[in-house]
Amino acid sequence: MPDGALAHPAGHPPAHAAAHPRLQHHFDTLGQQKDAASLGMWVFIAQEIMFFGGMFTAYMVFRMWYPAGFAAASNELDIVLGGINTAVLIGSSLTVAMAVHASQEGRQRQIVWYLVATLVLGVVFLVIKYFEYTAKLFPHHLHAGGEGVLFPAVGWFDVGATPLAAVAPEVRIFMVIYFALTGMHALHMVVGIGILLVILWMARRGAFTPKWYTPVEIFGLYWHFVDIIWIFLFPLLYLVNRHH
Amino acid sequence: MSPDITPTSTASATVTAAGAVMPARHYLNESGGWQSWLLTTDHKRIALLYLFSITALFFVGGFFALAVRLELLTPAGDLMTSDTYNRAFTLHGVVMVFFFLIPSIPATLGNFLLPLMLGAKDLAFPRINLLSWYLYIIGAAFAVAAMVGGGVDTGWTFYSPYSSMASNSRVLTGAVGVFISGFSSILTGLNFIVTTHRMRAPGMTWFRMPLFVWAHYATSLIMILGTPVVAITILLLAYERVLRVGIFDPNIGGDPVLFQHLFWFYSHPAVYIMVLPGMGVISELVAAFSRKNIFGYSFIAFSSLAIAILGFLVWGHHMFVAGITPYSALVFSIISFLVAVPSAVKVFNWTATLYKGSVSYETPMLYTFGFIGLFLIGGLTGLFLASLGLDVHVHDTYFVVAHFHYIMVGGTLMAYLGGLHYWWPKITGKLYPEGWAKLSALMVFVGFNLTFFPQFIVGYLGMPRRYHMYPPEFQVLNVLSTAGATILGAGYVLPMIYFAWSWRNGRIAGSNPFQARGLEWETTSPPPTFNFDRTPLVTEATHSYAHEEARVA
Amino acid sequence: MDPQLARVEEHEHEHIVPRSLYYAVFAALMVLTAVTVGAAFVDLGVLNVGVALGIAVVKAALVVLFFMHVKYSSRLVQLVVLASIFWLLILFLITLSDYVTRGWMAAPQLVR
Repeated sequence: MPDGALAHPAGHPPAHAAAHPRLQHHFDTLGQQKDAASLGMWVFIAQEIMFFGGMFTAYMVFRMWYPAGFAAASNELDIVLGGINTAVLIGSSLTVAMAVHASQEGRQRQIVWYLVATLVLGVVFLVIKYFEYTAKLFPHHLHAGGEGVLFPAVGWFDVGATPLAAVAPEVRIFMVIYFALTGMHALHMVVGIGILLVILWMARRGAFTPKWYTPVEIFGLYWHFVDIIWIFLFPLLYLVNRHH
Repeated sequence: MSPDITPTSTASATVTAAGAVMPARHYLNESGGWQSWLLTTDHKRIALLYLFSITALFFVGGFFALAVRLELLTPAGDLMTSDTYNRAFTLHGVVMVFFFLIPSIPATLGNFLLPLMLGAKDLAFPRINLLSWYLYIIGAAFAVAAMVGGGVDTGWTFYSPYSSMASNSRVLTGAVGVFISGFSSILTGLNFIVTTHRMRAPGMTWFRMPLFVWAHYATSLIMILGTPVVAITILLLAYERVLRVGIFDPNIGGDPVLFQHLFWFYSHPAVYIMVLPGMGVISELVAAFSRKNIFGYSFIAFSSLAIAILGFLVWGHHMFVAGITPYSALVFSIISFLVAVPSAVKVFNWTATLYKGSVSYETPMLYTFGFIGLFLIGGLTGLFLASLGLDVHVHDTYFVVAHFHYIMVGGTLMAYLGGLHYWWPKITGKLYPEGWAKLSALMVFVGFNLTFFPQFIVGYLGMPRRYHMYPPEFQVLNVLSTAGATILGAGYVLPMIYFAWSWRNGRIAGSNPFQARGLEWETTSPPPTFNFDRTPLVTEATHSYAHEEARVA
Repeated sequence: MDPQLARVEEHEHEHIVPRSLYYAVFAALMVLTAVTVGAAFVDLGVLNVGVALGIAVVKAALVVLFFMHVKYSSRLVQLVVLASIFWLLILFLITLSDYVTRGWMAAPQLVR
């Protein structure tokens, strides 16, 4: 007989009477499990806010220092593409919210369709970003030169067709921060799309029911967060001093 | 809750093995083989995985410390070139800070104990817990790769523009290692926060939780809110280094001080990540070995939160001479004085707990006394550094080095060792040999003071840090310091030996060898895989020691 | 009392947001996007930044409250959201305390 006040056999917990197949062993109820997952995603989002926050701090400092340079550089960005992308992302937030709604109501086909719509909009966003980047990032030919530690051809990081080294510092810093912020955002979109594919696959197999649709919900939270980052990026990067 | 072991005297809680039984099946022997360990989701096994890896990295960091102290035996830079010396102190710092101190207590003791203390079967996200460990290992692999590839010479602080523009050491590899291990930290913090909010046993209100849990909760807040900022800083550093972009390069309009702001925004709270869990351990040990409820429970609980919050507001005190404005420096200085207050509150409450307690002197309690005294000195010297005028003179001298080693080594590491000894019987089911343990504790204490007290003096007299040579008048104190380091090192090696020995040959501990209070002591030693068969129902506060009159049986 | 039954269900009340509300929020977001683009072309002097950020904050709030269900979530989730914003502001404002005050004091002159 093992000692200890709670005498119990080591090993497996008692089987819950007809436990839901998705209930993990260390939780007592599905509700507790869902609340934990949801809180976990919110805490993750909190750290993501601080992650992007560091870059926003850099932006803030240099915008204070170089208002004219930032305005000039901002005006070189394509406001139409940026605007379309903003609308696309907001649309994708709508569709993922609808996917969660459909899960709550148990409408299997709608779940799939809304998730597909979210996926399509996400891909459209990235395609537009690709066009924006190539217009800015890769000129008609690659420049060689520069003193990069690992990449000798650092000149391929250019503004239009001008090598970075020759660009005025203020404009250069804006472009650097633009690529850092939107690049990190795009990376988050790519990861999101990857996760979305997995969830879409699960949805197609009818995995989500009104009793358990946690992955859809917490994915939705992540996706909305990525949208919110863009909501701030758009005016800060594209709309600086456009009024002349 | 009746103890199953009869104490030989109430004055000492160390008991005989008479009647102490080890359960037939528990989390250690429930399943075997590589897969059952490397793919485990059991928080207790993950804690052990961390224990072994962190210990290995600790000795790597210690090796670099040895290199530094050997060089500093003589005033001349004769053992190694300055370039090599730069790599030695950098790697000592990087390994000790990011791969030992930050994970130490949370990843080992925190992982093991949090669910037990809360009456839960595991952490909220067991698979993410395992992922945390793998991220730690991958990060450590990058750090080792950086070492093997020639090392990093920028200092653990990676200041730009040297790190981003000029250094030709393995900055990128080292930085990537730190970046990855940062996510290990973030995920651990996330797990702890959700577990504390959502998985407490019925009846376990916030104010019935052990103070160890409060401390880890506060630590987790810092992990979540601070670590991502250093992560993005490292990315920006890498961006700068690879692409020569100029955010931190003053020649092309960037600002090197911006790097420091972003770096220290995390790295100052990081020191509270390192010390808060230690304080949580001490709160547990002081109560257990005074056999008395902790004095001022809610003050200690709230002071942990206060330290976490205030700790985010003081980072500029690392930058007083870096070029920030005097106005900004003033704000940071004032708040740095304020952040000492909650720490002091804890020290007063621990002391008050001792008063009229039934104090016994087992090894964990020896480490506790060590912590309280040495943390006190370290903390007070922090106030010296917070004073603008004084900091101008002692910044970048050995005074600073001594200050933070008193807190990190005299504080955190002592708490870690104290906690390891206290909970060792719970983790392994075996008792460590008390005699050898007391000897080690003594060696650590003597060695520590001999190593670091002289550093306050040489620092105050002007010896700068991070130099491999120094004026000859400082030699005597440096020799004392190196001698102390040798004793200290031996004091760390001994526990490795007797802990390993005790795993197989130690006396069986039983479920509660120290007659302590807490849910973790109400299950077997070692615990079963799922901790508790039924979710416990908590009806009283954890530290409800009935005050026992000292009596000879 | 069986401890497993004693667990207090802190589980948030399952509130299903009506679709019409989602569509309304979407429409508001699109309108605000158009407004922010339009406002960028109007010279408001120093207020341009404030207006742009203000609109962005409103848009973000709509997404947080309705799309992310925070309006219907537990106090804890609301606290997590507020705490993150608060910490972000600490990062911004205290860093600014250095940058904004640069140039307030002339560099010390060496006294010979």
